[in-house]
Amino acid sequence: MGKYICKRLGMALVTVFVVATLTFFLMNMVPGGPFMSEKAVSPKAQAALEAKYGLDKPLFQQYLTYMKDALHGDFGDSLKQRGRTVSSIIATKFPVSARLGGLSVLVAFCIGVPLGCISALNRGKLTDNIIIVVATCGIAVPSFVICTVLMYTFSVKLGWLPSLGLTTWKHYILPVTALAFYPTAYITRLMRSSMLDVMGQDYMRTARAKGVNQFFVLFKHALRNAVLPVVTYLGPLLAYTVTGSFIVEKIFTIPGLGGEFIGSITNRDYTVIMGTTIFLATLMVFMNVVVDIVYKIIDPRIKLK
Amino acid sequence: MSDKLLRVEHLHQYFPAGGFGKNKKFVQAVDDVSFYINRGETLGLVGESGCGKTTTGRSLLRLYEPTKGRIIYDDKILFDSGDVPVMNENGEDVLENGQPKFGKKTAVDMKPYRREMQIVFQDPYASLDPRMTVGDIVGEAIDIHHLAKDKKERYDKIQKLLQTVGLNSEHANRYPHEFSGGQRQRVGIARALAVDPKFIVCDEPISALDVSIQAQVVNMFEDLQAEMGLTYLFIAHDLSVVKHISNRIGVMYLGKLVELADSNELIFHNMHPYTRSLISAIPIADPKVARANKRIVLQGDVPSPLNPPSGCRFRTRCPYASEKCAAEVPKWKEVSKGHYTACHHLDKLN
Repeated sequence: MGKYICKRLGMALVTVFVVATLTFFLMNMVPGGPFMSEKAVSPKAQAALEAKYGLDKPLFQQYLTYMKDALHGDFGDSLKQRGRTVSSIIATKFPVSARLGGLSVLVAFCIGVPLGCISALNRGKLTDNIIIVVATCGIAVPSFVICTVLMYTFSVKLGWLPSLGLTTWKHYILPVTALAFYPTAYITRLMRSSMLDVMGQDYMRTARAKGVNQFFVLFKHALRNAVLPVVTYLGPLLAYTVTGSFIVEKIFTIPGLGGEFIGSITNRDYTVIMGTTIFLATLMVFMNVVVDIVYKIIDPRIKLK
Repeated sequence: MSDKLLRVEHLHQYFPAGGFGKNKKFVQAVDDVSFYINRGETLGLVGESGCGKTTTGRSLLRLYEPTKGRIIYDDKILFDSGDVPVMNENGEDVLENGQPKFGKKTAVDMKPYRREMQIVFQDPYASLDPRMTVGDIVGEAIDIHHLAKDKKERYDKIQKLLQTVGLNSEHANRYPHEFSGGQRQRVGIARALAVDPKFIVCDEPISALDVSIQAQVVNMFEDLQAEMGLTYLFIAHDLSVVKHISNRIGVMYLGKLVELADSNELIFHNMHPYTRSLISAIPIADPKVARANKRIVLQGDVPSPLNPPSGCRFRTRCPYASEKCAAEVPKWKEVSKGHYTACHHLDKLN
């Protein structure tokens, strides 16, 4: 087990390294640069800026310098937000997105799993049909529509909940709902189909023949076997959601990491692009390792080698 | 105390198969089947795939709720749909003022009976929960019925059960996927034995196994029966195995019992044309006898249980079929002591 984790972590490092390298060169191939703007900047000033951040050097040397610094934990200064380091940007914005995203995933899991079970248990009945229709809508409707509808109904028309910022618990309700909508729908559908699959298995009948009551058959035998696909989905979902959503953060004016992602790309803020990408990649790879280990715990048939 | 441990009367099991309102279709998996099993005996149930033998086994344990019928175990009614005639000791419908007498609608809680009536399933690969150790699979039944006072007693019981079915005690901590097919079936049997049952439905317990293992498992069933006084309903499609293990044999065709008799009687003095064709298909290990033996090959396929033929269900493939067979369902009657069959043309057959 320990050996397996070490091996996986080693491979994770390689993955992050490859992602970083690819991003670095791709980003530099995109036309434009951090110091170009509509306002004409004098060529001298621009050259001075480029020299200050080392952008005048050959690309490969820039890459080596960046990697060396990154390995020492220095991700550089932001090129556009003067006076802020990339690390400090991530450190201030990530907790906001993480709280929001973590809550959403929790909500999605706590609602999606029971809904999927209820749906599977009432297969073909009205309840099942309603749940399927709602879940399909949840997957099909884009998040900006959900955001606007929520905001219009609960903030503008009813005036129950605030529409922007993130100061009290009330502020969390709308963005968390908006963020949790898609994963809830997805988990519901996933849970329904895997539950139906498990309920058709012979060992469920064995359990009933033993005299296990219906409730325990469901919890001990069915749920444990059916939750596996949800766990697989949960890992990457968590990594994505805690790093923030551009749309939801923009609409609810939340200072999270999601805005930083897109903002840095449109601004060609090279160091921030690199920082956020490496951060997301690390998180993603780490979550995948966690999922694999959790897998082993729930399913004894899986051998980690 | 009657010597009949289990009585099944007019058992019907229909499964909905699409369609709405009046057009709603049903698969008539089991249609009006009645039989009994004596204490300590083995009743074999044979028939081709899809004839309803497995469904019969599961319905009488109420793993499926029967559509119609009555199930009596140890003189206690487990299930009565309230719309089938009561039968007397001789298996005849009881009449009241010329009308058949119906029973009272009943459906008891099965939990106490799960201790007495167990089942060994056909597929040893799918019928064990892959997430539980073998010890827990066997132990779960002990827990549910509170058969062990403490952890130690539970552990000892599991060990003893595993040894009974020929597994080692260290196997308790392994998972089902670490076993071979034959070993898994032994786990399935240990699981069924965990509650000290009196009656076990063996639902094709050997058909998923290798021939070399089949014999071991069949012998084990016989040893267990001798040791513990078990009663079996042994379902299989392999007549030679059923012949070996059963005291009496029932033959099913398309959801109906067509013949039931003592094993020897059924093998040597069978009456129903379907049974005859089945018996003639048993391979004989002596080539001289085998060559002299004429096989009766049936024409055509089994009709769909969604829309079974009118009258006698076997008439579409029966060489003796007449108009009467299409018009009238043949009666289930006793032709000689303990030998039941349902056919209009028994006279032509002898």
